[in-house]
Amino acid sequence: MLLRARDVSKTYSIADQTLQVLRGVDLDLAASETLALTGESGSGKSTLLHLVGGLDVPDAGSIEIEGTDIAGRSDAERAHLRRTDIGVVFQQFNLIPSLTVADNIAFQARLAGSADKEWIAYLGQTLGLEDQLSKYPEQLSGGQQQRVAIGRTLAVRPKLVLADEPTGNLDEASAQTVMDLFLKLVGETRAGLLLVTHSKSLASRLDRNVHLSVGVVS
Amino acid sequence: MIRTTLAALMSYWRRNLLQLITLLAGIALATALWSGVQAVNAEARASYDAAAATLGEGRFDHLRAADGGSIDQETFVALRRAGWLVSPIVEGRINGVRVIGLDALTAPIGIAPVSLTEQADLGAFLSGGGQIFGRPDALAALEGTVEAELIADPNIAPQTLTTDLVFAQELLGREGEIDRLLIATVQPKQQATLAEIAPNLTRISAQSGSDIGRLTDSFHLNLTAFGFLSFAVGFFIVHSAIGLAFEQRRPMIRTIRALGVPLNILLALMMVELILFALIAGVAGVILGYFIASALLPDVAATLQGLYGANVSGTLAFRASWWATGLLIALGGTTIASVSAFLKLAKMPLLAGGQIRAHVMVAGRRAAVLAILAAACAVLAVILAATADGLVSGFALLASVLIGAALALPLILDQMLRASQSLSSGAKAQWFWADTRQQLPGLSLALMALLLAMAANVGVSTMVSSFRLTFVDFLDQRLASELYLTVEEDRAKEITGYLEPRVDAILPIVSAEAQIKGVETEVFGARVHSTQRDNWTFLDAMADPWDQVAGGAGILLNEQLARRTDTWPGAIVALGGQSFEVVGVYGDYGNPIGQAIVSEEVFAELYPEEIANNFGLRISVDQVDDLLSDLETQFGISSENVINQAEIKAFSLQVFERTFTVTAALNVLTLAVAGFAILMSLLTLAAMRVPQLAPVWAVGITRRSLGQLELLRALILAFFTILIAVPLGIVLAWVLLAVVNVAAFGWKLPLFLFPADYLQLAILSLLAAALAAFWPALKLTRLRPAELLKVFANER
Amino acid sequence: MNVRLLLFLLIWPTSIWAQGFAGLGTDAEGFSVPERGYVFDFPADHGAHPDYRIEWWYLTANMQDAEGRDYGLQWTLFRSALIPDEIDGQIFMGHAAVTTPDDHYVTERLARGSLGHAGVTAEPFEAWIDEWQMVGDMEVLSLKAGSDEFSYELELRNEGPLIFHGDAGYSVKSAEGQASHYYSLPYLALSGTLALPEGEVEVTGEAWLDREWSSQPLSDTQTGWDWFSLSFESGDKMMGFALRQTDGSVYTYATWIALEGETQAYPDGALSATPLETSQTSGAEVPTKWRVELPDRGVDVEVQAINPNAWMTTSVPYWEGPVTISGSHKGRGYLEMTGYE
Repeated sequence: MLLRARDVSKTYSIADQTLQVLRGVDLDLAASETLALTGESGSGKSTLLHLVGGLDVPDAGSIEIEGTDIAGRSDAERAHLRRTDIGVVFQQFNLIPSLTVADNIAFQARLAGSADKEWIAYLGQTLGLEDQLSKYPEQLSGGQQQRVAIGRTLAVRPKLVLADEPTGNLDEASAQTVMDLFLKLVGETRAGLLLVTHSKSLASRLDRNVHLSVGVVS
Repeated sequence: MIRTTLAALMSYWRRNLLQLITLLAGIALATALWSGVQAVNAEARASYDAAAATLGEGRFDHLRAADGGSIDQETFVALRRAGWLVSPIVEGRINGVRVIGLDALTAPIGIAPVSLTEQADLGAFLSGGGQIFGRPDALAALEGTVEAELIADPNIAPQTLTTDLVFAQELLGREGEIDRLLIATVQPKQQATLAEIAPNLTRISAQSGSDIGRLTDSFHLNLTAFGFLSFAVGFFIVHSAIGLAFEQRRPMIRTIRALGVPLNILLALMMVELILFALIAGVAGVILGYFIASALLPDVAATLQGLYGANVSGTLAFRASWWATGLLIALGGTTIASVSAFLKLAKMPLLAGGQIRAHVMVAGRRAAVLAILAAACAVLAVILAATADGLVSGFALLASVLIGAALALPLILDQMLRASQSLSSGAKAQWFWADTRQQLPGLSLALMALLLAMAANVGVSTMVSSFRLTFVDFLDQRLASELYLTVEEDRAKEITGYLEPRVDAILPIVSAEAQIKGVETEVFGARVHSTQRDNWTFLDAMADPWDQVAGGAGILLNEQLARRTDTWPGAIVALGGQSFEVVGVYGDYGNPIGQAIVSEEVFAELYPEEIANNFGLRISVDQVDDLLSDLETQFGISSENVINQAEIKAFSLQVFERTFTVTAALNVLTLAVAGFAILMSLLTLAAMRVPQLAPVWAVGITRRSLGQLELLRALILAFFTILIAVPLGIVLAWVLLAVVNVAAFGWKLPLFLFPADYLQLAILSLLAAALAAFWPALKLTRLRPAELLKVFANER
Repeated sequence: MNVRLLLFLLIWPTSIWAQGFAGLGTDAEGFSVPERGYVFDFPADHGAHPDYRIEWWYLTANMQDAEGRDYGLQWTLFRSALIPDEIDGQIFMGHAAVTTPDDHYVTERLARGSLGHAGVTAEPFEAWIDEWQMVGDMEVLSLKAGSDEFSYELELRNEGPLIFHGDAGYSVKSAEGQASHYYSLPYLALSGTLALPEGEVEVTGEAWLDREWSSQPLSDTQTGWDWFSLSFESGDKMMGFALRQTDGSVYTYATWIALEGETQAYPDGALSATPLETSQTSGAEVPTKWRVELPDRGVDVEVQAINPNAWMTTSVPYWEGPVTISGSHKGRGYLEMTGYE
């Protein structure tokens, strides 16, 4: 099993209030499987995604990636995992503004020390960014920027791709194009995909759907 | 990973060149001003040390002929054979350079040229042919005129050459003559008394002579204070540049972390990056500092020569230690300036902090923290002002006043702007004030820099001007006589007898060393005359102090002595077995030791062996020249032995002008730095301003108008800052004059105010602010509407 | 490095203990060289010989106070010429020391001949540097020296003959033939006062004055020397030295001075001196217990330093101090060791 989460709980305290976002979530994802995580705002979708990505740690429960629990790992070990095995595509494009498109796409692969020039060139081509490579993010449209972010994530050939409403900031037309490209490329890399979305139509294009409601799988 | 991350971090600077330049320039300027001032101080101190080492002055007691003439070699031998470890020195001038002959075999350790040991040819030094040591410029004066070997040695005092005693005697045409005998610190147990062997010699102790270092400390302290302030200003620039850069890089940091770079590696890399910048800018700063110091040094040298007779080399030797200290200062300053930014970054959670906070609002908790810190500084300052008793606490007081004021500045400005807002009417005016308040946090560091620069300028110029006024006044008091005459003791009677009918008054100047309340004191016997009654001012005195001195029961003390022993008018002091009532305390600037004045009669009773051979002569100014030529023809008294008061005063004033040149140069430099800080802050803010200005533009205020308002805003903020800076500067001057000076030297200088100077400075500062604001405002005026429109289109 | 020390290495290039600083000025250019068969001329030869490069007036003494406590004393005036025969080129160095079983007081003076605060005249005899002096007619001498710590004022009375070393005062120092003119006054009775930090002490004892001058005293291969002046209870005396050479061998010499003042010179090899114990002094580690043998005279004695730390902390450092003698003969004497630093 690529991902195996058991009884995951997470509580946040904001000001004086405590908010239990996840209350014992179980989740499995097989290699190359694509899974849509749906649910209303505040259902805990994004939090679960962050925990799986090692960006945060659960209060209770275990999250195993290929059989290893990441919850108990150190910051550096989790960082290593993010660098090499897990790719995250955020809702905001989170590009590095002072690097060119080409450098942004290659960035994570270079961090991981696994930059494959041909693969990166192919990604740029497939994502329709050939003419934008020497531009800076601020010179691109939103759809183009998200394509750069997708390219950056897939450049590492991660085993697991996490995406949090990757098209949430885009208009419908470009969202459609970007998502088509994204799913095509994830399929090509044979990576497992955990996609957070509130779009039912998008969710229906994936292998499996899990609905989160008030912190539990329903 | 490391290379990729570093490249990403660096790419930020490539895309934000202006910020990089601000940062580098800030570090470089701070380093330059600091190391420049330090270089000037170090050069001067090195000159004093070399002088002390070359001449033995200030470190060794020495013997001189009481009549001021030369000492013969037989006397030297007689002293040595009576167990006196003395070493002969002969001095003279050749081509304007001071030539000092010494005996390497008897000279106290450290007196002989150091390179003598390195050049390894004592034989050549001692015998015949001669070796002459000196700085290259001094050696040049002898080039071609002597056959001796000339050896460059930077450790010799400026304008001085050292050679063997016998060779110097030959060069100077003074065979067998000695000017001074240095007395070694350690002497044999058995020794004849000086009176038995050489009654015609007087012993001059090291301290009362010319401890140039102590006299000039005051001057160097001022320079150091200036260097410190300049550094503080530079430091503010660096702090703001780093703060801004870190704020703006928050999203990038978050992204890099999310992509799998651990926080500690990221922090380490950012530190490496800053250290790299600090080193690059530090090197530039040291080089720049060298040029600043080179430019200032001739004036500093002239000042020191004039004020204290201290020889300081007018040219700068590039010392290796500068690199070390300069780079250390650059690194240290950068580190301190970046600590808070790093701490913030280290505490930033991975999932938060993605938004650029263009600036931290002075609101709520942060304003409260600032207020508490400022108040703490103020309390500390008050405590220190009451208790400071040394240089360190004096400087701590300076620092707490400055830091407190700087911290309080945003709060005070905010209050001033709020008041202005409530007084204004009209939508545009309301918006303008509100918007200015909103801009304040982003500009506050630059304004703090302006505040410090302005305050430093006001403070230092107030101090220097006060010093000048006091000193000129003091010269009038001390140099009231028109002429000062030095004669040989045995001719004193004859000459004063001759002068009696020809001058208005003869005022003998005679002194002896004594202890008053355990403090080394020079006691003077004064012939009380209207000269003193008319001219002397007292810091504190009883009624008619001079009459009481003349009456024999009164004694006057200088301020140093009064402060050191806490003895003020009304107190009784013992001197030579008699009791005297302190009737007055007078200012005595530049003198490191205690001084007391009793009447001529009392003095003669206490010290019958001291005979006056210095005299002040009162005479109407138009008769001065005639009397001078009469003295020359009648007694062969040359102009060397007569000092004309008018010449001294003219000379002193000229010296002060040189001091002002130095001060003015430093003033301009610090102001320029502050102006630069404002420019850089405005430029970096400009980009972030667009989203704020776009709505205002959209509702119908033209770009031109917006530009004008931006300029006006800068001027108003600068003006408010100046309003605070002037009183702060005066407080600063007070601290320097009344606290630091007292702690360091034992005397307090009165504070004078110079409103015209402050006005001029204020105009200059406004000009600097206007110049700094002009470019960003112009850029705004020329902003393409598309850029403004993007604000609305580019929703994220 | 101490400035003074450096000065000294320069001034005394040919002095015996500077031999470690190889080869400095070993030529005798312009200076007179000692010659076999030189006829001494007194009192003129008690004075200075400025045509020779170096010369000394070297007095050591063994003394006791009223309680029988041992003291040693040294008074030395060295002369070194930078230029032969010229007063400008003459430099003087004075060393004075007092050694007790517990303490060792040392001081030093420097002077150039031309200024006049140091010098030597033969008639009347006076050797002086600053207030230090040795003055008299060679039958009765008064001696004075001091520092900030100690001083002494003594009277010396000559009670025996003047002794020549080597071949009638021609003392060979190496196989290559380096030599000096060397005579001694070993029979000086001494009395006077030592002023030490712990108080004044009245002392009596015996002193030994060495006079030696040369222009080239040691060979390049000699690193230092060990010198003994021994006064036996039998009334006999012995002066002996061993010059240490770079190859580990020694060049020795001894003068036997019989009770009546008759002398016998022993060439290289007759005397042997073997270190038995070393001590760490305030300077170098030096042998402070020796076995000294002169089989021809039945001498097989142990020589033991009274105060092992008699290190002379002067510009050029060396060891000089009083010793006691035990074994075949008993007595007291002085030991000087150079070239160990």
